[in-house]
Amino acid sequence: MKRQNILLLLACVAITVAPLLFIKSGDEKKEIFTGADGQAEGVISKISPDYKPWFEPFWEPPSGEIEGLLFGLQAAIGAGLIGYCIGFYRGRGAAKE
Amino acid sequence: MHIMEGYLPVTHAIGWTAATVPFLGYGIKKLGAQLRKHPENRLLLGASTGFVFVLSSLKIPSVTGSCSHPTGIGFGTTLFGPGIMFVSGFVVLLFQALLLAHGGLTTLGANTFSMAIVGGLVAWGVYRAGATLRLPFALSVFLAAMLSDLATYVTTSLQLALAFPDPAGGFAASAVKFLSIFALTQIPLAIIEGLLSVFVMNLLRAHAAQQLAALSIPAAQSSTKTNP
Repeated sequence: MKRQNILLLLACVAITVAPLLFIKSGDEKKEIFTGADGQAEGVISKISPDYKPWFEPFWEPPSGEIEGLLFGLQAAIGAGLIGYCIGFYRGRGAAKE
Repeated sequence: MHIMEGYLPVTHAIGWTAATVPFLGYGIKKLGAQLRKHPENRLLLGASTGFVFVLSSLKIPSVTGSCSHPTGIGFGTTLFGPGIMFVSGFVVLLFQALLLAHGGLTTLGANTFSMAIVGGLVAWGVYRAGATLRLPFALSVFLAAMLSDLATYVTTSLQLALAFPDPAGGFAASAVKFLSIFALTQIPLAIIEGLLSVFVMNLLRAHAAQQLAALSIPAAQSSTKTNP
C-alpha cells in the first residue's frame, strides 16, 4: 500500500509538471495556463457578441492575492478534514494494539 | 466547469436550478438519514467533503496550455453513493460563488447539476459497473473518479452550447468549441483525480478498514498493519 501510494503521488506530480516543461507560449506577450472557465467566457463573447451578463457577483475578491488567500483557505479546510479523519482512525488503531 | 455569474440566459438559469432542486432534496434526505442512523460515519462524511474542497481548489496546468481543476465528487460517491455527494458538491460551489466569485448564484443550479449530480451519478454508475464486472477495487475507484470528472466538464460544455448555439453551425458547432476548451484540458486532470482518489482510499483502507467494511468497501488484500 505504501509503495503504491508513493507511486500514485509521483504520477500526479509528473502529470502536473509535464505541461509546464513542454508547453511554451509561442508569443511572448500571450499568457499561457490561464483558466479554462475564462476561456469559455471568451468563446461566448465570440459566438454571441451582444450577450451581456445580467447578474454580477455580490462580492469579488479585490485582488489576486485575496483570491489566493481564499483558495488557500478552501484547500486548508479540505485537507484538515481529511487529515483529521485519517489521523483519528490511525491513532485509534494504534491505541488498540 | 464554473459557468460565470450571469453567463446563462434567465430561462436556462431557472431551468437548471429547477432540475437541480429535486436531486438536492434527495441528497439532503439521504444525508439526514445517514447522520441519524450512523453518526459514527461523520468523520468519513467530513473527509469525503474535504476531498471535494481540496480537489476543486487545485488549479492544475494541462496539456492544452490552460488550467482547470478536478472536482473530487467521485471519491465520496464510492463510499456513500451519489445522493450525499450532491449536497457536498453544492456546498463547495456555494462557497466558491459567494467568496471567490467563481461561478455564481444564477449559475449555481447549472454548476451543481454538472459537478455534483452528473458527476455523482456517473461515478456511482461506473463504480457499480466495476463491481459487477469484478474489476479490481482500486481500478473501479480510479475509473469512477476519472470518468465522473470528465463527465462534469462534458456537461458544462453542453450546457454552454445549449445556451449559446453557434450562429452558423448551431448547437453542435458550439458544443465542439466548448468541448475543445473543457474536455481536452480535463483529461490529464481527470487522471490525477482518479489517482488521488485511490491514494486516499488506500489510506482509509489501511487505517479505517472496519468503518469501510460497514460501507461495504472490501478490505485491502495484502495485510495492512498500521504499525510502522
